[in-house]
Amino acid sequence: MPSSSPPLLVVLTCLPLAGALLLLALPSARTALLRLVALAATLATAGVAAIVWRDYGGEASAFEYAVPWFTLPGSGVEVQFKLGLDGLSFLMCVFTAFLMPIVMLSAYGHVGQRVKEFLVWMLVMETGMLGVFLSLDLVLFYFFWEISLVPLYFVLGIWGGERRLYATLKFFLYTLAGSLLMLVAVIWLVYAARTQGRITQASDLSELMAFAPTLPSTTQAWLFFAFAIAFAIKVPLLPFHTWLPDAHTEAPTAGSVVLAGVLLKMGTYGLLRFCIGLFPEPAARFAPLFMALGAIGIAYGALLAMAQNDIKRLIACSSVSHLGYVVLGLFALTDSGVRGGVLQMVNHGISTGLLFLLVGMVYERRHTRALDEFGGIAKAMPVFAVCFTIAVLSSVGLPGLNGFVGEYMILAGSFEASPLWAAVGTSGLVLGAVYLLSATRRLLLGPVLRRENAELGDLNAREIGLLVPLLVLVVWIGVRPADFLARCEPSLNALVERAQAARVNLASASDEARLLALSSEGDLR
Amino acid sequence: MSLWYLPGLPLLGALACGLLYLFSLPRRSGGAHGHAEHAHGSGATDHGHADGHGDDHGHGAHAVAPGASNPLFGIFAIGPIACALALAIAFTTRLIGLADGQRVIESAPWHWFDAGSYQIVVSLLLDPLSSTLVLVITGVGSLIFLYALGYMAHDEGRVKFFAYLNLFVAAMLTLVLSSNLLGLFVGWEGVGLCSYLLIGFWHRKGWPAEAGQKAFVVNRIGDACFVLGSFLLLRLFGTLDLSDIGAAVVSVRERPGAAFELALAALLLFGGCCGKSAQFPLFTWLPDAMAGPTPVSALIHAATMVTAGVYLVARLAPLFAASPAVLNVIGVVGALTALIGASTGLVQRDIKRVLAYSTVSQLGYMFIALGCGAFTAAVFHLVTHAFFKALLFLGAGSVIHGMHEEQDMHRMGGLRGPMPRTFVTFLCGAAALSGLPLLSGFFSKDEILAHAWAHGGIGVLTWLIGLAAAAMTAFYTWRMVALTFFGNARYDERAHPAHESPFTMTLPLMVLAVLAVLGGLLGLPPVITHALHVPHVLGDWLAPVFAPALALLHPGGPPPHLSAPIEWALLGLGALVALLFAHAGFHAYANGPELDGRLSAARPAATGFLGEAWKVDASYVRRVVQPIQRLAHLIATACDLGAIDGAVNGAGTLFTRVARASRAWVDGSLKSYSLWVGAGAALLALWWMFV
Repeated sequence: MPSSSPPLLVVLTCLPLAGALLLLALPSARTALLRLVALAATLATAGVAAIVWRDYGGEASAFEYAVPWFTLPGSGVEVQFKLGLDGLSFLMCVFTAFLMPIVMLSAYGHVGQRVKEFLVWMLVMETGMLGVFLSLDLVLFYFFWEISLVPLYFVLGIWGGERRLYATLKFFLYTLAGSLLMLVAVIWLVYAARTQGRITQASDLSELMAFAPTLPSTTQAWLFFAFAIAFAIKVPLLPFHTWLPDAHTEAPTAGSVVLAGVLLKMGTYGLLRFCIGLFPEPAARFAPLFMALGAIGIAYGALLAMAQNDIKRLIACSSVSHLGYVVLGLFALTDSGVRGGVLQMVNHGISTGLLFLLVGMVYERRHTRALDEFGGIAKAMPVFAVCFTIAVLSSVGLPGLNGFVGEYMILAGSFEASPLWAAVGTSGLVLGAVYLLSATRRLLLGPVLRRENAELGDLNAREIGLLVPLLVLVVWIGVRPADFLARCEPSLNALVERAQAARVNLASASDEARLLALSSEGDLR
Repeated sequence: MSLWYLPGLPLLGALACGLLYLFSLPRRSGGAHGHAEHAHGSGATDHGHADGHGDDHGHGAHAVAPGASNPLFGIFAIGPIACALALAIAFTTRLIGLADGQRVIESAPWHWFDAGSYQIVVSLLLDPLSSTLVLVITGVGSLIFLYALGYMAHDEGRVKFFAYLNLFVAAMLTLVLSSNLLGLFVGWEGVGLCSYLLIGFWHRKGWPAEAGQKAFVVNRIGDACFVLGSFLLLRLFGTLDLSDIGAAVVSVRERPGAAFELALAALLLFGGCCGKSAQFPLFTWLPDAMAGPTPVSALIHAATMVTAGVYLVARLAPLFAASPAVLNVIGVVGALTALIGASTGLVQRDIKRVLAYSTVSQLGYMFIALGCGAFTAAVFHLVTHAFFKALLFLGAGSVIHGMHEEQDMHRMGGLRGPMPRTFVTFLCGAAALSGLPLLSGFFSKDEILAHAWAHGGIGVLTWLIGLAAAAMTAFYTWRMVALTFFGNARYDERAHPAHESPFTMTLPLMVLAVLAVLGGLLGLPPVITHALHVPHVLGDWLAPVFAPALALLHPGGPPPHLSAPIEWALLGLGALVALLFAHAGFHAYANGPELDGRLSAARPAATGFLGEAWKVDASYVRRVVQPIQRLAHLIATACDLGAIDGAVNGAGTLFTRVARASRAWVDGSLKSYSLWVGAGAALLALWWMFV
């Protein structure tokens, strides 16, 4: 349905920005009011997302809205402001809107200075993230991609920990390097579509889906890698991951939660929609490379996590491991793997989001993140202990909770494509249990050896309230994943079909080449 | 009534207990609780035992148990399993009423997830095999729950304890009732979780928390194999439905190249069994699991959870029967485990560790049985073992309780006086475990050994090892009886007089003692059934379940029965070995533990080797755990911070240097800028002219 009468997705995307503008008009001294307005803006956005959740039925493109935006000078490329929802973006879009009120509520506990700026940046970030997931125009996508980058830069740099400047700079340079590569690819592709393909709306994604596969293989491969590296940095995929532990460790809780919950998923989402979607042939050709990086990343991230003493850094390293699963699943290019990967994007957001929230709550009480400072706090904080344990079990992939369904589908799906990398990835089941359970033990269990740990107060109502929605999701997705996944399936099936067809073409092309070589040998004789 | 009520009720019980516990927690907003703690002790450091079992008796008066005073607690704790037992009996009665060979009750399906190329649909399925297990779980479980009410009566966390225990039963019932391998895996990992939580229940002592973690991680190694095996099954069968797999094994095996993948899948699943059922090489977690409260050891680490691996092989009998090589592996692993467990049990001083190694060894027997295709014998031993080992653990718990948390048998002795009911019931369990004639363990062990003998080939080897392990079993069992209940008291009788346990604890002991004595009636050996014209109850009940597997295993018709004389001879040999070594074990220790000291003085290396279970665990620490830790450290420092970050920071530094260097050119003077512009223009001009 083109241009549905109330442009739902435009409202969804722009509501947080409107909230941010309203905040700017309010006096910065009235922090309570500012917080309330910001929370209301995110809640209103979540409400719109709830309508999306209710009404989306699995269409290939729903709630589509497009208006001409501007014309790229000199080329005649007409860029559109085009938003739309499909099975690739559905879950992440709704989840982003769902997560933000929780993040805002969590910030009550740890952001006390320059509140107004913080809230404004968070709201701008939300608009950027939603825009990334909903853009159906490549230039518009790039625009939102950059918009979402800037706020985190400030959130990290202003409200971060001791080494925040190093972390911020590292994050910014890494991401900038990726973004520049992507920018080159975007410009190249759009101009090629305009000049070679004679397409006026050359940055329209549906046009590009048709055009990109007609390019020569080598060109496709170059473009594919330019996009892939940008996204791989964001995911982050081994070996581009070293910015993440620093960024996570130094970020304030709210920043860490958004980073883990949504921003990293922009990378995996990009891999799915742009790398696999636009360039199925190089995706199929280089899938083994990405599966290998994903699978090795699972083990590598887990080993990295095992060596950490800083609990936040440990969880950050676990993100490297868990996002390895997502990449492994997506590049399996099988139904099971891609569905698992898409579900795991949300799952990781939930479980790691929970862990960061919980660690933040302990940090606010104890002002340390060093695991060897803790031990036995389950006695003083029993409710916290229950929540933390559930989050750990979700992260460890216990069947019946959300993580298992995603991990199983990913590993089973990648086993269909490559038993070797599936087996390497399966090592994560063991290693994940090692670092997560030993973190749990060092934090919660054992004797109380320090007086400070005996005097901790348990979670308050606000804290419990912001954890409960996520805990409900942990069980809901674990038991009835179809409620979440079924509506994504049509779009994902189409994507997998395209990639599988490309894979078959590749195989037959190489067979033909072999046949040709054989026949020419025969001719020579 | 749906089968979902069976796991559903305990799950509700777990939720109810858990919520009751959480909502009864003292409010800690003002930190008042923390101050109270400081008032009565030397700071926070000595709180390791604050609500550990060890101090309960002393602190019982002011120990607050959140939720326990609520009148609903008893109902939430023990009501669900009692109802589940009643339901299990009702369902089994209905099953008996069905025609032979059609004994299946299936529940409504749970559509779990759809991955495109396969769907996971789980229903609950009651057939003779699962009903046997369900009866054991709910029956023995109910007794242990009752016992635990008494055993944990002084524990601060008893409401939480019953939440975990109920959750365990729910998971265990899911495991045995599930119609789908992945549904089974839900239970499989669920029981693992509860095991983890309950082993670490007294985590404030420190080491139980580590034991729990070890159990979970070692089990996860098995589970990773399990998951890989399931991928292979998906590839071969396109489904994880257990009956569909069983039905399709024959046709799948015909496909070219499938035989190897079938065997590999079976082997990987068996890897999962090695974890859960504590078989070599993954048995090392089970002895440490004794850190949990004793009812947990009885229920989870003896009667039910650890037999899940046996159940899995029996449930997928056709798959395993299709790969005789894997069956041989299973038999050998079982025999080796039986031997390691039994020989280690000989020299333990901790009464629970004796029983733990005994469990490892008895599980080995069950796998010997599975290895020679004697599925019924394995299930038979599973059932009798559940009776007598639960009895022995609960008896040991009663001793520990009566001895004020003493577990070292060298500091016991003469307890038959103060603890008569525990003593008599423990004797029944010991007699059954050691295989004294006519008790349950005698018949089930004999059936396994007879099958191993009849199997021939590698079966004879497992028979021989099994017989040796049986001799050791009789010896260590009666050593344990002698050290605990006979001889002189080796503890301070006046300061801490031993006392008999309350009725809630001794009643379950008595019921289990009856079962341990009479359980053998479920499966009398053929020579007796023929002579007396009575059925092999369990064999007839399970026959339809195992018929397809046995048809695969013996395509030429059922294997010949052992001739009566040979069977009598094997029975007699088993009885003789048991009696002889029971006698030896009892008399060597009837007057005290002096022999232990003499043995370790004379043969320190050998007793050390046996005492540490053949040093398997130590070698894992040295060869697996430490290298992985070193690797993790290496990755974190050299690789991540060194190589990758080094490159990143190096690039940063490079840019900074280049920028600094080039700053010299950008000196802000118009003269040098115009020079550069001129030079650039000249270069461009040259380019256009010559290229």
